[in-house]
Amino acid sequence: MRKTSLDTLPAEGGLGNEPLLAVDNLHVEFATRAGLVRAVNGVSYSLNPGETVAVLGESGSGKSVTAQAIMGILDMPPARIPQGEVRFRGTDLLKLSEEARTQVRGQRIAMIFQDALSALNPVFTVGWQISEMFRVHRGMSKRDGMKKAVELMDKVRIPAAKQRINDYPHQFSGGMRQRIMIAMSIALDPEVLIADEPTTALDVTVQAQIMELLAELQRESNMGMILITHDLGVVADVADKIAVMYGGRIVENASVHDIYKSPAHPYTKGLLESIPRVDLKGQELYAIKGLPPNLLDMPTGCAFHPRCPYRQDNCVTDVPPLHEISGTRNSACHYWREVLDGDQR
Amino acid sequence: MGRYVIRRLIQAIPVLLGATLFIFAIVFALPGDPVEALAGEKRQDPAILAVIRDQYHLNDPLLVQYWHYITGIVLEGDFGKTFAGVPVTQLLAGKLQVTLNLALVALTLEAVIGVLLGLWAALRRGRATDTAILASTLLLISIPTLVTGFVLQLWLGVWLKQAVGTEIFPIAGATQGLKSYLLPGFVLAGTSIAYLTRLTRTSLVETLRSDYIRTATAKGLSRRRVVGRHGLRNALIPMVTYLGADLGALMGGAVITETIFNLPGIGKQLYDGVYLREQPIVVGIVTILVLVYILANLVVDMLYAVLDPRIRYE
Amino acid sequence: MSDNPRPDTQTLTADQGTQTPSPPVKHRKKEAKPASLWSDAWHDLRRRPMFIFSLVLIAILVVMSFWPSLFTSIDPLDARTCELSSARQGPSPGHLFGRDNLGCDVFARTIYGAKNSIIIGVATMAITAIIGGLLGLIAGTRGGITDTITSRITEVFFAIPSILGALLITATFRDAGLGIWIVVFALSIIAWPMTFRIMRAAVLTARSQDFVLAARALGAGQSRIMFRHLLPNAIAPVIVVATINLGGFIAAEAALSFLGVGVQSPDISWGLMIADARSRFLEAPLPLVFPAVFLSITVLAFIMLGDAVRDALDPKLR
Repeated sequence: MRKTSLDTLPAEGGLGNEPLLAVDNLHVEFATRAGLVRAVNGVSYSLNPGETVAVLGESGSGKSVTAQAIMGILDMPPARIPQGEVRFRGTDLLKLSEEARTQVRGQRIAMIFQDALSALNPVFTVGWQISEMFRVHRGMSKRDGMKKAVELMDKVRIPAAKQRINDYPHQFSGGMRQRIMIAMSIALDPEVLIADEPTTALDVTVQAQIMELLAELQRESNMGMILITHDLGVVADVADKIAVMYGGRIVENASVHDIYKSPAHPYTKGLLESIPRVDLKGQELYAIKGLPPNLLDMPTGCAFHPRCPYRQDNCVTDVPPLHEISGTRNSACHYWREVLDGDQR
Repeated sequence: MGRYVIRRLIQAIPVLLGATLFIFAIVFALPGDPVEALAGEKRQDPAILAVIRDQYHLNDPLLVQYWHYITGIVLEGDFGKTFAGVPVTQLLAGKLQVTLNLALVALTLEAVIGVLLGLWAALRRGRATDTAILASTLLLISIPTLVTGFVLQLWLGVWLKQAVGTEIFPIAGATQGLKSYLLPGFVLAGTSIAYLTRLTRTSLVETLRSDYIRTATAKGLSRRRVVGRHGLRNALIPMVTYLGADLGALMGGAVITETIFNLPGIGKQLYDGVYLREQPIVVGIVTILVLVYILANLVVDMLYAVLDPRIRYE
Repeated sequence: MSDNPRPDTQTLTADQGTQTPSPPVKHRKKEAKPASLWSDAWHDLRRRPMFIFSLVLIAILVVMSFWPSLFTSIDPLDARTCELSSARQGPSPGHLFGRDNLGCDVFARTIYGAKNSIIIGVATMAITAIIGGLLGLIAGTRGGITDTITSRITEVFFAIPSILGALLITATFRDAGLGIWIVVFALSIIAWPMTFRIMRAAVLTARSQDFVLAARALGAGQSRIMFRHLLPNAIAPVIVVATINLGGFIAAEAALSFLGVGVQSPDISWGLMIADARSRFLEAPLPLVFPAVFLSITVLAFIMLGDAVRDALDPKLR
């Protein structure tokens, strides 16, 4: 199927047990005027074909930076990746030449962004922008590229795609723009799709439609999806695994089922309890107290300790390792057992 | 679009009237009697002078004179006659050509050099090349045309000719076609080159920060295509706007350059007109330049709509 | 009428950065409180070599303007110091820059020429900043018909090529006995709309900010809002443009004097010196080169100062 395959990358399958995409002990830091910002501090997660991993966290937790590091679209400098690996089908992308990475981007790993209005180029028609994928990467003619673009716009269910192919991004509604963004990203059947807050800028009803579309496209093509979001509600229906990030680290790693049933980290627990629930109507809504950490001045020990109801003395001094709870589950809390049991608080 | 053009043209009328009236009023106040100046030392029959004055409406109040002038232009395309009886349009036609040539050469140099330097600086942002380019734009802005004009005339016109043996850049007159305009064109364009370089750099740097550039990179496009197609196409909007509006400004600013390089353009003609108190010439030239300014701005606005699909005119 | 990004070609230099050439380049709002904006800017400026350098240059020029005898013992206004027989003589001890077409000392004349440039530049800047700034403040604050009328008037001025306009005005009033002030007068008439436009735009931006709306809601009077709230928040770009324009005015003075309608002999001006040296320029370039170099350095000093201040007030531009 794939016409351009890289010498360095196996076209299909992985090496033994190697997952489709594996982020391993990734570190990203930014040199700013105010000092060094360690945005990502040793993040690891993996993704298999057909699987959806949700990366959950507040803004500044490092979830988007991790995604941009995978894509290789960080501005370097100011960004720097001092250590870590991003293995795609067993090959470390970070070690590839810029040229080889360009071949991976868009064709094998694609990305959609939060705000489709600013993420689409305002001066080119949507048809031009979608068909650019075919013209540049597949050497298609303008005509054929446009035909493909119409097919894709149909596929993401944009009404009257043929008539709207020559419209500009600003002439579409927010939901339709995000569909165009999606059409562009899946144009070359990527194996991995990274969706960075794909529904945050949209109305609630449209959010559901977009998530449904993404899930459907994923089922059809068996691609792996990394869904970056701060909204636990979005995650429940689509994700297989969840990685919760806080202060540049993964604090909990588990299947959706496990997390919803019994979180093993106080931060996850706080997030779950702050979701409004119909059955608890009338009760006061829980909110995690305190503020997200200042990246320039991270708390010592566990980054969450200033806000944590389970805090003990060693939380202030010792960085908790990622404890293995079961084969598929980890928590970076010294007191994960207490959290799991749900005593205290 | 058509209706927009018409509306804009109507809006331009008060500007045109105001500017010409302002110039007319100043020229009206120019000291001395032009008719007597024309007659020179010879004592003319006062009756003849009175006839001439009457012919040129010189005895009427300012606004009446202005009315005659404007209606003449609008109804007959008549910009008046010099006191020697030559129609101003005829006198200016050739001179306007010289100034237009000069301004177009300057504009071309400006566009080519400014865009290339700005692009180069933007892509090397924060590095030595960028700093060097920015420093030279600062110099180019600071050194008055008066100075660049003479210095280049000496270096490229005289010393280079001595060093090479043949004339590469003519230093005076407009007799050698395009060649005669190269040096004066560059001098005239100097400040504009510097501004366009800075504008191109700022605009491209700002564009390259936008989300859609990140998208283009994520699409797996080469850096060359990301900058060249997606970046430049957006950065182009303010650049083209600036260039378009600059044509009128270059024509209006050509007087110093024309004086230094002895080019027989309208700047020099205006200067002579002021000295000889030839009111029709002075007002005629300024009117033409105001018209050029207004039309250039109109064209820029049209270009805007072409370059930026988000702008639509009702 | 769309904004002409730079209303003038030749000499008067308007600031590109603070005007908005087009929609995609967003106008940068100053959201910080003025006090911290200025102290931040000052903190930033003190560490800029370009700022220090331009200040030193300007200080030297000011000293040169008012105490020229500190630099030269020759009084160029005294005709006895000129020797026609040694006209266009090259540099020699006592006559560092040589002599001009009339045998006068070029160094002394160049030193004495600073005064008119500085006076004309500073005076024009002050007048245009006050008139244009005040009208811009009023037009921006009051809006409505006041704004429409003043804005229309400035459009008329923008349509007139500035150097030609100034040339006409100086030529018309050259016999009015105003001396060098004729140049200030002409340049001020032509250039005030630039300051007006920038002040008006800045006021319009400041006007929609919350604290101004709050002050208005609390019933503050119009003049109080104008001077206490809007002016401090809108003045930064005006100061930047005024400084850069100052360099432009000095260049414009030289251009007008060169054309014979600016400063008149026996007053000394670099533009006039350039015009005088012009006829024999190709054989004796020095009498032209020295005033030209001084002129360029002076203009450079003010434009550098303006650039540095702008960068300090608006770090995003770098």
